[in-house]
Amino acid sequence: MSHDTTRRDLLKAAAIGAVTIAPGLTLIAPPAQARAPGQPASPTNRWGLLIDTSKCDQGCTACVDACKTEMGLPALDRPATDAQYIRKVDVRDPKTGNQHSLPVMCQHCAKPPCVDVCPTGASMKRADGIVLVDRHICIGCRYCMMACPYKARSFAHEDQTGQSAHNPRGKGCVEGCTLCAHRIDAGGQPACVEACSKEGGAAMLFGDLNDPKSEISQRISKEATSRIRADLGVDPAIRYQGI
Amino acid sequence: MGVRAVLLALVLGLFSVMGAWAGDAGPSFPKATSKALGGSCVDDPATMRRHHFDFLKHQRDDTLRQGIRGAKYSLKECVSCHAQVKDGHAVPVNAPGQFCASCHEYAAVSIDCFSCHATTPQHQQQVEATR
Ligand code: SF4
Ligand code: SF4
Repeated sequence: MSHDTTRRDLLKAAAIGAVTIAPGLTLIAPPAQARAPGQPASPTNRWGLLIDTSKCDQGCTACVDACKTEMGLPALDRPATDAQYIRKVDVRDPKTGNQHSLPVMCQHCAKPPCVDVCPTGASMKRADGIVLVDRHICIGCRYCMMACPYKARSFAHEDQTGQSAHNPRGKGCVEGCTLCAHRIDAGGQPACVEACSKEGGAAMLFGDLNDPKSEISQRISKEATSRIRADLGVDPAIRYQGI
Repeated sequence: MGVRAVLLALVLGLFSVMGAWAGDAGPSFPKATSKALGGSCVDDPATMRRHHFDFLKHQRDDTLRQGIRGAKYSLKECVSCHAQVKDGHAVPVNAPGQFCASCHEYAAVSIDCFSCHATTPQHQQQVEATR
């Protein structure tokens, strides 16, 4: 009986998470909470992004710059080999001249080819859908770089110094966007999303695709969105609007 | 007592003397700087000396592969407490004579933790980045 009451109270409290201020105007509580120490990532979450390309300016690199700073990636001005977790891709429809600029990072595929081909188990998908490289066991064979349809991974060619404390990285290993797992685990959002909302066009929305009440789920259930190369069937967690 | 037993006793006695001598000549390293954990390590020094690598090796898999944060043992925390600050700059823990390097050199252990992991604390990195 008391168990029932407790549950009902909890459900009520959960419902209050989304507060209706006035008819048609709803304030949705921030999606992410820091996970309790000792708790593993949970398959009840699937973290993803919604990127509105109509708000993304061609000249803006706020997300790319923020990523480099956050992850301690040096800019050696060698485009062929510099580590790159996120890049701006400009696309143009030759028939109509219609142009878009969009940030592309690891798409955190639900069926990641990089994981399928990895001979060591270093490429892995966390329970909450974040795809990572376990550089403790990566042998640097770069099969995953070949397999990734989104050109999302980089290889560290040189000895590294001055790494950021939350992004260990070194020579001979493959690396890529972690969706800022260290921030997400602490209840935050990725550095690129934060920078885009502060200095960019506020084109990126981060949230839990598995939570039907999250803002991202609400929007993708109502608005038309697409995924890059959806035909490949790898089920990316990054969705785009306007392309 | 046979001759063998006498010899054994002599040899053992010699070892204990050498042991004491070796203890005195052990590596010297700077003391931890941070009082973040109440001035003491997460475990007693003898256990840490003998087992820190086992602890860290298990913890790294839990953190990376399962996303478990806030574990008792963490390389980030080792660095956080044990890096010295000199003239406002953090000294890498793997620099000669520093906490990690002094013991590893003494014990002739070659580790590759720091080919990837940061050797200065995050809080200090942030302070220095704003300068
Ligand atoms: S985008 Fe590439 S690196 Fe990221 S999960 Fe998919 S296949 Fe793997
Ligand atoms: S480079 Fe590393 S992560 Fe990629 S496939 Fe090879 S072992 Fe796996």
